[in-house]
Amino acid sequence: MSLTRDDVAHLASLARIDLSEAELDRMLGELTVILDAVALVQQAPTDGVEPMSHPLPLTNVTRPDVPRPGLTAEEALSGAPEQEQQRFLVPRILAED
Amino acid sequence: MSSHAAEPVLSYEEALEQFDPVMGLEVHVELGTRTKMFCGCSTQFGAPPNTHVCPVCLGLPGALPVVNEIGVQSAIRIGLALDCKIAPWSRFARKNYFYPDMPKNFQTSQYDEPIAVDGHLDVELEDGTYYRVEIERAHMEEDTGKSLHVGGATGRIHGADHSLVDYNRAGIPLIEIVTKPMPGAGARAPEVARAYVSALRDILKSLGVSDVKMEEGSMRADVNLSLRPKVAADATGEAQLAVPLGTRSETKNVNSFRSVERAVRYEITRHAAVLAEGGRVLQETRHWHEDTGVTTSGREKSDADDYRYFPEPDLVPVAPTPEMVEALRATLPEPPAARRKRLQSAWGYADLEMRDVVNAGLLEVIEETVSAGASSTAARKWWLGEIARRASADAMDVTAYAAERGVTPAHIAELDGLVASGRLNDSMARQVLDGVLDGEGTPTAVADARGLELVQDDGALEAAVDAVIAANAGVADKIREGKVAAAGALIGQVMKELKGQADAAKARELILAKLGAS
Ligand SMILES: [Zn+2]
Repeated sequence: MSLTRDDVAHLASLARIDLSEAELDRMLGELTVILDAVALVQQAPTDGVEPMSHPLPLTNVTRPDVPRPGLTAEEALSGAPEQEQQRFLVPRILAED
Repeated sequence: MSSHAAEPVLSYEEALEQFDPVMGLEVHVELGTRTKMFCGCSTQFGAPPNTHVCPVCLGLPGALPVVNEIGVQSAIRIGLALDCKIAPWSRFARKNYFYPDMPKNFQTSQYDEPIAVDGHLDVELEDGTYYRVEIERAHMEEDTGKSLHVGGATGRIHGADHSLVDYNRAGIPLIEIVTKPMPGAGARAPEVARAYVSALRDILKSLGVSDVKMEEGSMRADVNLSLRPKVAADATGEAQLAVPLGTRSETKNVNSFRSVERAVRYEITRHAAVLAEGGRVLQETRHWHEDTGVTTSGREKSDADDYRYFPEPDLVPVAPTPEMVEALRATLPEPPAARRKRLQSAWGYADLEMRDVVNAGLLEVIEETVSAGASSTAARKWWLGEIARRASADAMDVTAYAAERGVTPAHIAELDGLVASGRLNDSMARQVLDGVLDGEGTPTAVADARGLELVQDDGALEAAVDAVIAANAGVADKIREGKVAAAGALIGQVMKELKGQADAAKARELILAKLGAS
């Protein structure tokens, strides 16, 4: 399966990343290299090998249920392209809540 | 406000003649932890928008989530209370989707390795029979942010120009409890659905893991329903159970017991109309409309593949040891249904009396009143009678009314003690209750301050009886002749003589004895 320029443009719009024509071309190339590399890894013989999601032998790492200060609304919204009423302004949503 | 063309429905009776309903319920419950599931942000309700947020719940690059220990413990306790097996190895997964209510572009959930599987809950129906609901799984996940849709004519999502998102709720711990398909309920499917959600709420409440307020959204139900052809009269028979399941619809966010019941009923009649016409039921999400009592089509159901689930690499597996699980099992309260049975038999209440107590939310209050020394009969009489009547006159529920007026189980037990010891009669006790409700102090203090006390002095009672007999020779003669019922008039006068502070039973005894009619 190979990636098309339309796929990249679609993903960019889903992720709300504005890419120029030149950037679309560049990303198509770079993403193709990554997919090819992954395709190569997928050829590795894995019969009888347990899938591994975590490289470290850790389990049950938890945190006490104690509140910690986070960000102020101003800090939280500082990266938002648009805001209104102390909320993140996003383009209209098609699906229902 | 719900503008939609009405879809055809079959009558409920006709639908049930032709089809066999099978339900499935997914209940989301918001845990009452102090912090979110994967970060230390506060879960307190009602804060200004975007003030309970941090890099983790905003999905900022480089943030590292760590799971809330109470969240995990609550999930395990819920699983145990539903007789689930607790998985010795459980992982979180990313549920990927492009929708701005989660700033990370995924919801952290559990997929193929949930914390609890294969449980069941026996729910009692109105007629005292039980239906066993098989639980498929209970898993941990997080709530989403809250969107405000602006610019549309109605303020609803359709026609909105843009949305404003507040992420205070994003990351609040949720447990999703999923049943297996529930066959064999037949025409009682709506009742079974309601009874299940209600029993589940009781259990969650008894565990103290959530405030489980459906009206405020801390517990919400999704109702799956499908119909299959009815091949036998017996919905639980082998032939009927062997019929393959039909296509299901999923009605989202049904937020009261009554709505759960209504939504199941409506979907049965809607599916039946489609199928009876030879049509095909769409597998889709439906929206429940409380005002009109119908569902409308939402988006078509995405396949699980669309979410591209994969194990969450930033959270390590949860692997509860048998010791952890047993320690949590030891914290489980007595199951609510068993507790009700035990209390009912201890108190000697009839089924109907017990149901009234439970429906009025007075189980705890009566339990406390009895353990403070009142008889169970008196406890029920005071709370469900006198206090409930006063509460309903103020349009309040009993517990809220009692809290506002400062009347406690200990007060009622004390009041009952004053009656039992013979210091007060019923009508005096009611006056004392009024004093307690008006903030005049404890029952004893009110009785003292108002000078309420039955006349204990037999001499005074006897003198009053003699005086009343002398003044009513005609009535006295009738009683001597055997018309015992006439004694009532004399008792009334004795009470009057003693300003209501006499023991009426004693007065009657004395009158009848003196007139040789006892
Ligand atoms: Zn946070």
